[in-house]
Amino acid sequence: MTNTKIKIKNLYKIFGSNPKNAMEYVRNGLSKQDLLEKHSHVLGLRDINIDISEKCISVIMGLSGSGKSTLIRHINRLIEPTEGEVVIDGDDVLAMSAEELRDFRRNKASMVFQKFALFPHRSVIQNAAYGLTIQKIPEKEAEERSQHWIDRVGLSGFENHYPAQLSGGMQQRVGLARALTTDAEILLMDEAFSALDPLIRTDMQEILLDLQSELNKTIVFITHDLDEALRIGDDITILRDGEIIQQGSPQDIVMRPSNDYIADFIKDVNRSRVLLVRSIMVPADSENGPKIGMNIPLEEALSQLSSKQAMEGSVVDSEGKVVGKLDLSTAIEAIRRPERSSNDLQYR
Amino acid sequence: MDFFDTFPAMDRQGLRDLKKGIDSSFREFSRSYGEGIEDFFEPLLHFLVWLEKLLINAPWPVVIVGIAILAWLGSRSWKLVAGTVIAFLVIGYFGMWKDTMATLAIISVATLLCISFGIPLGIWMARSERVQLAITPVLDVMQTIPSFVYLIPVVMLLGIGKVPGLIAVCIYAIPPLVRLTNLGIRLVDKEVLEAADAFGADNRQKLFGVQIPLALPNIFAGVNQTIMMSLAMVVIASMIGVKGLGLPVLRAVSNQYLALGLLNGLAIVVLAIIFDRVSQAYGRRLQAHREGTGHD
Repeated sequence: MTNTKIKIKNLYKIFGSNPKNAMEYVRNGLSKQDLLEKHSHVLGLRDINIDISEKCISVIMGLSGSGKSTLIRHINRLIEPTEGEVVIDGDDVLAMSAEELRDFRRNKASMVFQKFALFPHRSVIQNAAYGLTIQKIPEKEAEERSQHWIDRVGLSGFENHYPAQLSGGMQQRVGLARALTTDAEILLMDEAFSALDPLIRTDMQEILLDLQSELNKTIVFITHDLDEALRIGDDITILRDGEIIQQGSPQDIVMRPSNDYIADFIKDVNRSRVLLVRSIMVPADSENGPKIGMNIPLEEALSQLSSKQAMEGSVVDSEGKVVGKLDLSTAIEAIRRPERSSNDLQYR
Repeated sequence: MDFFDTFPAMDRQGLRDLKKGIDSSFREFSRSYGEGIEDFFEPLLHFLVWLEKLLINAPWPVVIVGIAILAWLGSRSWKLVAGTVIAFLVIGYFGMWKDTMATLAIISVATLLCISFGIPLGIWMARSERVQLAITPVLDVMQTIPSFVYLIPVVMLLGIGKVPGLIAVCIYAIPPLVRLTNLGIRLVDKEVLEAADAFGADNRQKLFGVQIPLALPNIFAGVNQTIMMSLAMVVIASMIGVKGLGLPVLRAVSNQYLALGLLNGLAIVVLAIIFDRVSQAYGRRLQAHREGTGHD
């Protein structure tokens, strides 16, 4: 379907005074907690394998301490792994010399940070142009290229303000513009919207989706917010205690949580907005009731059914061919919150 | 019991020999290398003498206008410029013009010298734990050792005059600048540095593009401290032949001339205040981005 852009293979990261030594214990299956108690080393990541597809938004989700921020920093090697491989377009990032690595960071992967990490002494336009300044691109060209992205993220008129004069949402727009200005194919976003309040966060997600529909970058997006993950992710990887516990599309995660932990996680999700008609339809080929697109969320399908006062509808693909049917009771059953009261307290 | 009553010190003969040994070997050292070291400082001496002559020989209105322009360039405040001009007129009126010019010359040279050694040293300390560990105790010694103690070897090496005075001033005045440069660079936000890394900045670009600009408030506090401390050192430096406002103060102390001491002492204070206000205003102007943190 799509090509793999970033391939992470058997990646391990252990923090401590002698990680190589601790690797032995980890390979023999010592748990994160035991490693900390018996050998005072912190297991950051254990045996991570991810294929990140080109031109998609891949979300890596986990709570604090799950290793998600550590993981994203391995992609541009801000953190050195203890063991493993990170291959991007066939090049091993870990084998790069300092010079090659700088080149890679300048041209191929740019990053947006949780706490913005803007340069307080540079104005908005100078911040946006930072990547180009580093590449020694003439000032005039750098300014023109940054201006374009400043306009795109909606900061026109604020070029000469300093970061401290802007609100959080605006500061992160600068962060986004700074990352986009270098025209890198890979965009690493480390909890980029987590520090923003909910309304602004939704705004920023929209800006990102809007830009992505046109730019088709390979985006790795870190978040602790499941709603955010489901909203923007084409692919979701869930991390816990440095290990991957499930990988899949938003549909997969909601429909088929791989264990109780994830099931507990998704129980408060607004399922009608995440689930698409195609994942709960029953195969059929005869037309019966109003037509419903297979790739729209249930929420929309239900309102279409109710506006026509129909009990069931026929599901059609993008060419209008009937592929299945959707009846009201199945749809309602699918969006019902799963009962999981017995496990409620387990992960608090 | 004798052991507990008197401290088991070295015997007198041994102690005397030790001191003699140190003294004579240092004398030997200064005899063989003193001249070379003096030659090394020759250009510095020339520069200092040139600056002093320039300030003293130039017509006083020209000097005042020059100082006023510098104060304006630094602070962009008419109030400060007016204060500076009035202060210098009063100093001149009370007959301290020449001494003040001599002091101004040595302070300027000492500050330049401290900046050109202190800031690079501070940067080096910030970049290496080992260098920090090695230099911190040296700075402690420089700041706490009574100045008369290091005047002795300096005078033995270079004799009495302007250069040893200058060196004494610098030894006393440079530590805060080194410390604050080191501190300022270490305090730069780790996340901002990480961002610079993520965009592929090399060490040079990080140092000059991010670390130094963000450390400037601290570096400026250091420069300010250096100026203040070298002014405080002027009196002691005059004991080894530095001309300027310190000399009359010294004379006043030994002869109990209250008015003479007070006038010259106050002139030093006035210089200090002017230097302080102008350098701080300049530091603030470099930090334009810190102003107006209100949202739009």
